[in-house]
Amino acid sequence: MLGYIWLFFIVTAVIVGGLNGRIDKVGQAAIDYAGLAVEISVSLIGIMCLWLGLMKLAEESGLIVLISKAIKPITKRLFPGIPPEHPAIGSVAMNVSANALGVTNAATPIGIKAMQEMQTLNKHKNIATNAMCTFLAINTAGVQLVPASIIGVLIGAGAQNPTVIIGPTLFATGTALVTAIIAVKILEKIPVFKTENYLEEGEK
Amino acid sequence: MFVDSFIKTITLVSVWILPLLIVSIPLWALFKRVSLYDTFIKGAREGVGVGLKIIPYLVAILVAIGMFRASGAMELLAEFTSPVLDLIGMPADILPLAIVRPMSGSGALGIMSEIANQYGGDSYMARLAAVMTGSSETTLYVIAVYFGAVGVTKVRHALLAGLIADFAAILASLFICRIVFL
Repeated sequence: MLGYIWLFFIVTAVIVGGLNGRIDKVGQAAIDYAGLAVEISVSLIGIMCLWLGLMKLAEESGLIVLISKAIKPITKRLFPGIPPEHPAIGSVAMNVSANALGVTNAATPIGIKAMQEMQTLNKHKNIATNAMCTFLAINTAGVQLVPASIIGVLIGAGAQNPTVIIGPTLFATGTALVTAIIAVKILEKIPVFKTENYLEEGEK
Repeated sequence: MFVDSFIKTITLVSVWILPLLIVSIPLWALFKRVSLYDTFIKGAREGVGVGLKIIPYLVAILVAIGMFRASGAMELLAEFTSPVLDLIGMPADILPLAIVRPMSGSGALGIMSEIANQYGGDSYMARLAAVMTGSSETTLYVIAVYFGAVGVTKVRHALLAGLIADFAAILASLFICRIVFL
C-alpha cells in the first residue's frame, strides 16, 4: 500500500507540475528533499545514541520490565501479541509518555527502541506485526498534553489568550486516539491485510 | 484557574523530565549494579546504525512529498475537494493545512503560522488551525522512521489506520472548535 501511495505522489507531481509549468521546481524538489532526508537522519544520530544508551541501562537494570509489569492491565488488551512482561511494552509506555509530555526529542529514539523490541518477536522481518501497527496508530494520533510549539505560533501572531486551544486539542486528539485504536483493531482482521498476503513465494 | 495550573504543571514536568530521566536511569542502574559506561556505550552504538538505516526510507517518503508539494498538486486537490469540505464545514483556507499535516510537521506549522498571522492570533481560524495541527501527527514521517529503523517494508494496515486517525482528528477539530469558539 505504501508503494502505491508513493507512486501516486510522484506520478501526480510530474503530471500536475508539467501542466502547471512547474516541472523545474518538481525536479529541484526531488533533489532538495533527498538531501533533507539525509540531514534529518544524521541530525537524529546524536540524540538516538543518547537515548539508546540510556534505554540500554534501563533495560539491563530491569527498569523497563518493571514499567511493563505496572501497565500490564492496559497493554495486554492493546498488544495481545506481546508477552505482558516483555521489554517492548515498557518502551512503548515510555514513548507514549514522552510524546504526551511533548519531549519529542526523546520520544522518537524510545519509539524506535520499542520497534526493535517488537521486531524480535516478528517471524517475518520485513512485514509489520499487529503490535507494530497498533503502536504506530497510537503514535500517529499524536497525543500531547500541552502543544507548546503551536501555542508559541499563536503568541507570535499576537494572541492574548492562546491557551484556550488546549482543551479542544485534547478533545480532538483523544477522538483521534480512540478512532486509531478501533480502526487498527478492525483493519487487522480484514483479509487483505493478513500477514499471509505479504509472504514471498516459497515462504507460504 | 484550573487550566492555568494544569499548563503550569505540564510545562514544569516537561522541562524537568529530560534531565531527571538522564540522571535517574544511570542512578537506578548503579543501584542495580549494572556496569554503567559499558552498557551505555553498547546501547548508544546502535544509534549510529539506526540513524544510517532510516536514510533510504526517509529519502523515498520525503522526495515524493517534496515533489508533490512543489508541483502545485495540493492546490488542485483543494479545488477538487472543496464541495465535500463545505459539507463538513471546513473553511477553504484550512484545507491545505489538513492535507499537509500527515506529510510534514514543519510544513503544517508554517501554514498554521500563515493562517494565524493573516486572521490574528485570537481569531476563530487561527484557533481551528492550531487545534487541527495539535491533534494529529506527521503520519507518513512516523511510518518512514519507525518502520525504517527495523527494516519493515510491508506496513500492512498501519498507514490506513494512521490516515483514518488523522481524518478523525480533522473532523473532531472542526466539531469542537465550532462548539467552543463560534
